[in-house]
Amino acid sequence: MAVALLPLVYLAVRTAEAGADRIAAELWTERVGLLALRSLGLAAVVTVACVLLGVGAAFLVTRTDLPARRVFAVLAALPLAVPTYIAGFAWVSTVDRLAGFWPAALVLTLCSYPYVFLPVAAALRGADPAQEEVSRSLGRGGWQTFTAVTLRQIRPATAAGALLVALYVLSDFGAVSILRADTFTRAIFVAFDLGFDRTGALVLSSVLVALTVLLLAGETASRRRGARYARLGGARRNAPRLRLGAARWPALAALAGVAALALGLPAVSLARRLAAGVSRPGALAEVLTAAGNSLSISLAGAALTMLLALPLGLLTARAPGPLATVLDRLAYLAHALPGVVIGLSLIFFGITVAYPLYQTRWLLALAYATLFLPLAVGAVAGAAAQSPPALEEVARSLGRGPLAVLRTVTLPLTLPGIGAGAALVFLTGMKELPATLLLRPTGTDTLATELWTATAVGAYAAAAPYAALLVAISALPTWLLVARGGLLDKEDR
Amino acid sequence: MSEVVLTGVVKRYGPVTALAGVDLTVPSGELTAVLGPSGCGKTTLLRCLAGFERLDAGEIRIDGVPVAGADRHRPAHRRRIAVVPQEGALFPHLSVAANVGYGLDRAARRGDRVEEVLTLVGLAGYGDRMPHQLSGGQQQRVAVARALAPRPSVVLLDEPFSALDAGLRAGLRHDVREALRADGATGVLVTHDQGEALSVADRVVVLRAGRVVQCADPTTVYREPADEWVAGFVGDAVLLPAVAEGGAARTVLGSVPLAGAAPSGPVTVLVRPEQVRLTPGPGAVTATVLRHDFHGHDALVGLRLADGTLVTARVLDDPTPMPVGAAVSVTVHGTARAFPATGGATPSDPLRQTAAA
Repeated sequence: MAVALLPLVYLAVRTAEAGADRIAAELWTERVGLLALRSLGLAAVVTVACVLLGVGAAFLVTRTDLPARRVFAVLAALPLAVPTYIAGFAWVSTVDRLAGFWPAALVLTLCSYPYVFLPVAAALRGADPAQEEVSRSLGRGGWQTFTAVTLRQIRPATAAGALLVALYVLSDFGAVSILRADTFTRAIFVAFDLGFDRTGALVLSSVLVALTVLLLAGETASRRRGARYARLGGARRNAPRLRLGAARWPALAALAGVAALALGLPAVSLARRLAAGVSRPGALAEVLTAAGNSLSISLAGAALTMLLALPLGLLTARAPGPLATVLDRLAYLAHALPGVVIGLSLIFFGITVAYPLYQTRWLLALAYATLFLPLAVGAVAGAAAQSPPALEEVARSLGRGPLAVLRTVTLPLTLPGIGAGAALVFLTGMKELPATLLLRPTGTDTLATELWTATAVGAYAAAAPYAALLVAISALPTWLLVARGGLLDKEDR
Repeated sequence: MSEVVLTGVVKRYGPVTALAGVDLTVPSGELTAVLGPSGCGKTTLLRCLAGFERLDAGEIRIDGVPVAGADRHRPAHRRRIAVVPQEGALFPHLSVAANVGYGLDRAARRGDRVEEVLTLVGLAGYGDRMPHQLSGGQQQRVAVARALAPRPSVVLLDEPFSALDAGLRAGLRHDVREALRADGATGVLVTHDQGEALSVADRVVVLRAGRVVQCADPTTVYREPADEWVAGFVGDAVLLPAVAEGGAARTVLGSVPLAGAAPSGPVTVLVRPEQVRLTPGPGAVTATVLRHDFHGHDALVGLRLADGTLVTARVLDDPTPMPVGAAVSVTVHGTARAFPATGGATPSDPLRQTAAA
């Protein structure tokens, strides 16, 4: 867990070095107040929008007779493959002089609603239809049953997704900087990158960490104690689908519209720029080198993250208790830190403690591990539930030793879930920008950094091939995640 | 084929004592049922035997070799004790044949042992199926075959039939006992269902609050329970206050001969409802019919005696109408068992409670 603590310790140490007066001078300004309000406001607006969009899309896809549901299930998850800065870049290059709070909110919503859609769709598929039937038999109508029973069944999934969205928005850097919405992350990066104003950057980072702690505390407090939503035995049964009737066409249009805005617009924009960009000589070799770097660094990051997540996830799943809870929350805290802060802290760590790592890919992999540990821990904990202790006990009673049981029972049952976690970490690593910008070894460019460099100077045509390749590679793990959620399964199982 | 001996086995979970000194012998080649209400420690006992839990005190020996004690713990995979859990717990990623062959070594897996045990449980030819393609009962059969395949010293069955419906349960119960017997296996069946324990086991061990209350063959446990609590737990019981004298007891149902060494003085007499015989019309002891619960193969008739005592009779295939409110004459058939009088009804006597309600 030292990995998750590293940035926090760094922040505390370095901020304290600046002295109380300077901290106060940086902190109590109108600008910090405005930044805080704007960051929280953006997080709130985007989270609410994502919940509405994500739950709505999940319900339409899993519980209604919407035409082409499985196509829409994939389309609704696919924005995960679109980094916010690519979406921001696509919007800016399509609509002239688009900038500010509301455009940033729009772009962030379109990019992050799959964080709500995926868990809620899985929960809706797994929820026990008997509860809804009981509610209807007791005289509640369709809408009342939906609000009184269905929404409550998917509450844990919705809350988990909403938390991810809120944390994501607080730490997002790409969209807000391209759309020039002044939030903490942008201010931190500007302070660090342009003015080399480290103290300012550090103080702002600390405020951002405080906001994140507030958010996490609020989420923990709002969880109802002892609330359990387990299915009580019985065979798996799919809920009957709601007949939309004439309403199917507006519903179809709404989903198609969202997909067009979230995927179509970036795709068209990229295609247009791509057509203009391939003529540049030598570009192909550069793009391929960058792609190779992206792949290798993200793979190393995913491997390192899974290695760290395995013991932690197993601890959370098999020995839940105060220790596991604290470790879990700590990991979330690090996840919510902006990549900028993680980057800064690891530079500090690399220079002062682990110099041999500095300017290598391994430091970047470590940054990914810090950022994405909770995603991996969640996946491992979920996977461990696929291999209940009873199975391992039976295996041992049949005369197989602990290692043989691990190899023949535990691993075969948990590997798919662990693989899905690795896919998610890999996907997020591909898209990560700020920590990559700060920590990449000099001269090493990834798809994300090339894209960033190109858009920073307005070279949209040069940026397009990187963006297209990045989205194409990211789509593969996204597809895996959709398939794993059971959204592509045939109905008559 | 192995004898398992437990001496003074103690297991605690923090402040809770789950097993408070269990002494027990599981004879070789027999099926022993461990019977008790939920929370009596029977699953803990099974987990201690299997090696999933460590003992706090006492000792477990298999064929004279100590495998568990306060400072000794042979791990589960070296005990040759196979378990059949409640839900079967088949490995979902393995076929039926691979599940059954899991405990066999490479050479044996290729032999005909897998098909042999599958035949024993009535699933010959099912080897290529996957667990999710089987019904609940078939899954349990595979779990039993899997446990039998490596010829373990002991097979432990943890309420393996409780998740199945009643019709399926009786058939499977019988088949599993036959399979164990055909294979010469030593079995321990943990259950809270007294019908199950009495019908399949060679020996029944009654467990209460972490202690063995009685250990005997099913007939003895039913006919001569160790105390009133066991009497009420293993079957329907009519418990009557009485005075014993010279091998018989004076009860409200008349004089009843006592079985075994009969004490003298105030006692509580156990009469099973099937020992209570009814004839229409008043007689030496007359009762009023309160209710008539028809069960198909028999019927339970609730009666009130003149002094208010409530008695239940089990009536087999009797076409004589006994409408509610009718007067019948009551006699007791056979001998009864007497316990030293403790006063008050046993809490576990469901008949009394329902009759009074």
